[in-house]
Amino acid sequence: MASAKTPKPDELIAIRYAPPETPWMETPTVFRPGTWSYSGTAKSLTTLGLPNPRAWQPSDEDWKLPENWQEIILEGFRERLEKHRSFRLFMDICVRCGACADKCHFYIGTGDPKNMPVLRAELLRSVYRRYFTESGKRFGKLAGARDLTIDVLKEWFYYFYQCTECRRCSVFCPYGIDQAEITMMGRELLNLVGCNINWVTEPAANCFRTGNHLGIQPGGVKDMLEFMAEDIEDRTGVKVDVPLNKKGADILFVTPSGDYFADPGTYTCMGYMMLFHEIGLNYTFSTYASEGGNFGLFTSHEMIKRLNAKIYAEAKRLGVKWILGGECGHMWRVLHQYMETMNGPADFLEEPVSPITGTRFENARSTKMVHIAEFTADLIRNGKLKLDPSRNDAYRVTFHDSCNPARAMGLFEEPRYIIQHACNHFHEMAEDTIREKTLCCGGGAGLGNDENMEMRMRGGMPRAMAVKQVKEKHGVNRLACICAIDRATLTSLMDYWVPGVTVTGVHELLANALIMKGEKERTTDLRGEPLEGKAADETL
Amino acid sequence: MEIMNLLTSLIAIMILTLSALGFAFTPLSFLLTTVLPYVAFATFLAGFTYRILSWARVPVPFRITTTCGQQASLPWIKNSPLESPSNVWGVIGRMALEVFLFRSLFRNTDVVIVGQRPVYGSAKWLWFFGLLFHWSLLTIVLRHLRFFIEPIAPWINGLSAIDGFFEIGVPTLYLSDVAVLTGLTFLFLRRVVAPQIRYISLFADYFALLLLLGIVTTGLLMRHFFPADLLHVKNLALGWVTFAPALPKEAGPVFYIHLCFVFTLMAWFPFSKLMHMGGIFLSPTRNLANDNRMKRHLNPWNAPVKVHTYEEYEDEFREKMKLAGLPLEKE
Repeated sequence: MASAKTPKPDELIAIRYAPPETPWMETPTVFRPGTWSYSGTAKSLTTLGLPNPRAWQPSDEDWKLPENWQEIILEGFRERLEKHRSFRLFMDICVRCGACADKCHFYIGTGDPKNMPVLRAELLRSVYRRYFTESGKRFGKLAGARDLTIDVLKEWFYYFYQCTECRRCSVFCPYGIDQAEITMMGRELLNLVGCNINWVTEPAANCFRTGNHLGIQPGGVKDMLEFMAEDIEDRTGVKVDVPLNKKGADILFVTPSGDYFADPGTYTCMGYMMLFHEIGLNYTFSTYASEGGNFGLFTSHEMIKRLNAKIYAEAKRLGVKWILGGECGHMWRVLHQYMETMNGPADFLEEPVSPITGTRFENARSTKMVHIAEFTADLIRNGKLKLDPSRNDAYRVTFHDSCNPARAMGLFEEPRYIIQHACNHFHEMAEDTIREKTLCCGGGAGLGNDENMEMRMRGGMPRAMAVKQVKEKHGVNRLACICAIDRATLTSLMDYWVPGVTVTGVHELLANALIMKGEKERTTDLRGEPLEGKAADETL
Repeated sequence: MEIMNLLTSLIAIMILTLSALGFAFTPLSFLLTTVLPYVAFATFLAGFTYRILSWARVPVPFRITTTCGQQASLPWIKNSPLESPSNVWGVIGRMALEVFLFRSLFRNTDVVIVGQRPVYGSAKWLWFFGLLFHWSLLTIVLRHLRFFIEPIAPWINGLSAIDGFFEIGVPTLYLSDVAVLTGLTFLFLRRVVAPQIRYISLFADYFALLLLLGIVTTGLLMRHFFPADLLHVKNLALGWVTFAPALPKEAGPVFYIHLCFVFTLMAWFPFSKLMHMGGIFLSPTRNLANDNRMKRHLNPWNAPVKVHTYEEYEDEFREKMKLAGLPLEKE
């Protein structure tokens, strides 16, 4: 299947916000190429023990569902209504005020009313009313109820895999109704009959078996890290260690595998390694827990728990004191809001204390996992790092708040503090597009695949345009973020909408500025690009 | 269908009005003043309680706070106790802001594409008229207590005095009456005029607004144009609360319509979206502290799951790990 051709930006920006002529229940779902993701393969589903593994595609007429698929979905619906107060409440209390409608980046980028969070939720609510409320059973359509048909199921698939679970709508909803929660339930239901996407199930299956999304085996992890250590030596003259599966380390470090397998994440990973070397941290990577990301979050609550279990298990096996987590978005939603509830208590670990500054991370005293931005901000605050921000002078930096650290953690100041100490030129994007109102990259929650490119460019458009504005106003050429998915998806997004802006992790910027003991004079940044001023000097 | 939903709710309101008139001009009117008040009130109370309990008995397995401000982390970083509360006091403050001031709705923006770029503008109208409607409705409900209490509590008189502060007309025009009418009219027109909102509106959305508009309109008619016999109304109301409902006398058709609308609202309330009034207090994204890593949240149905253990992992990759020089549990 060849990927569909993505329209040009000029064509794509011509968005109409007028709803279609037909009422939404009567508007059919069209699986237009470029706007949906390929199905999960039978192999991945089998590895994970998920139901109904088979060969199929969403564009097929026949989805090869089990005979009693309606029964399965409705039973799953009932079960979830009894297990999650959020779900039940969010089915009941929406008043359709529409405050969420134009907050969704997919609605802003498509004008499709079913991308208004309220209507996306109504896709489920209409079925809820029909089978679980008296008024819906009795009055049907008049009460906003409809039967669960195959077309409804296909509509669910199309739109629940067109939501990145970014929670922006939930910030604006007067009752805090969270579309991420509804999408998660919708996807759980779809998974019960084997309707899922490969960009989620394959990484999840890989992660389950090999410990990371890309399916890299132990030796491969080691090779990659050592390769990065060589690059570090080349740029800085300093040889850094690559501690792996090391018993007796103080700290287990877990980061998304995107950081060690794909540019520009690798530069961020080099940044972590340089930082840990410089402060003499006794830490270790793990090959078994070589993935911070958790695509269970995009599958089911059960899958979150199954994949996440490795982190505490590995910390226990290695006997570390506490856990440090790298730059990642959805990973941190899981670590912050789910990990200890699911796989705790973490009573075999110690309350996290920075061995360098002695700072006690009170906010992580129970889960015992600290965010790298918290850790590094504390180092800078206590004067433990020597930084030369002028090494980042070639960059005019802006910062993209990743959805989950923003709206599921409230991690706003720590990364900004680091950037402001590592760079001389930092410019915020417009207020309505940052912090808790930050806009999604358009490719989170498993949607960052190539076949879905048009939808990604549409969903990411609001973010891209906010970057474009600071590019034109302040000459911004670097987009910093603390998320591995962002580092992959924002790169395509910038190339499409705002060419000339590259994407970077915060710890890449930090490492550029970090003055290391015994380093040679640096002439390039971590990417091997000449430092501003240095190139000119050499030609003299 | 969109327009059908509006038409159907208009028809429903007309049917209600006609039935009220049917009550008014037939011997059935005793039902409206003796039996139905109890039926409506009992349905409201029982239904409301039932709905709240049916939500409350469902567990909250995860602490899924939506954070709208800086977390409490390092002591030198200023956190937002009301937008990202780290303790119960912050949660109370956050909930109070939501319930009394509609904090989240205050954030509302709109978006238009200008020069090939989305531009976000402030859009506080929904917040303003929403707040206006809710507060004035509360004031009106409280003012009505004067019919049910004898002697009238001083605070009710005080409230009425403030509400009629400007002493416009005779009888005095209450500010809350003007406000509630303005608020409801805005909410209704917005739903009818804005294409996106009309597209998502169901029968129940129009019906709720039209019913409230009907109640307010009949109330205003009685106060300013077709004065009801207040003494008689008070006797009726006191009769209800003392469980000695009086038989109706000539109270006029407007009064009957008013009553019929109110009883409909009360009986329908627990089964409708109006339950957002109770539901907001239970919303897990708002009523939980962002203290996830400070205190473990317990999930009552946390069940064991199939995991891939380190032993299984090492068994599969032992040779490769050995080759890479990685430490092993079993050689």
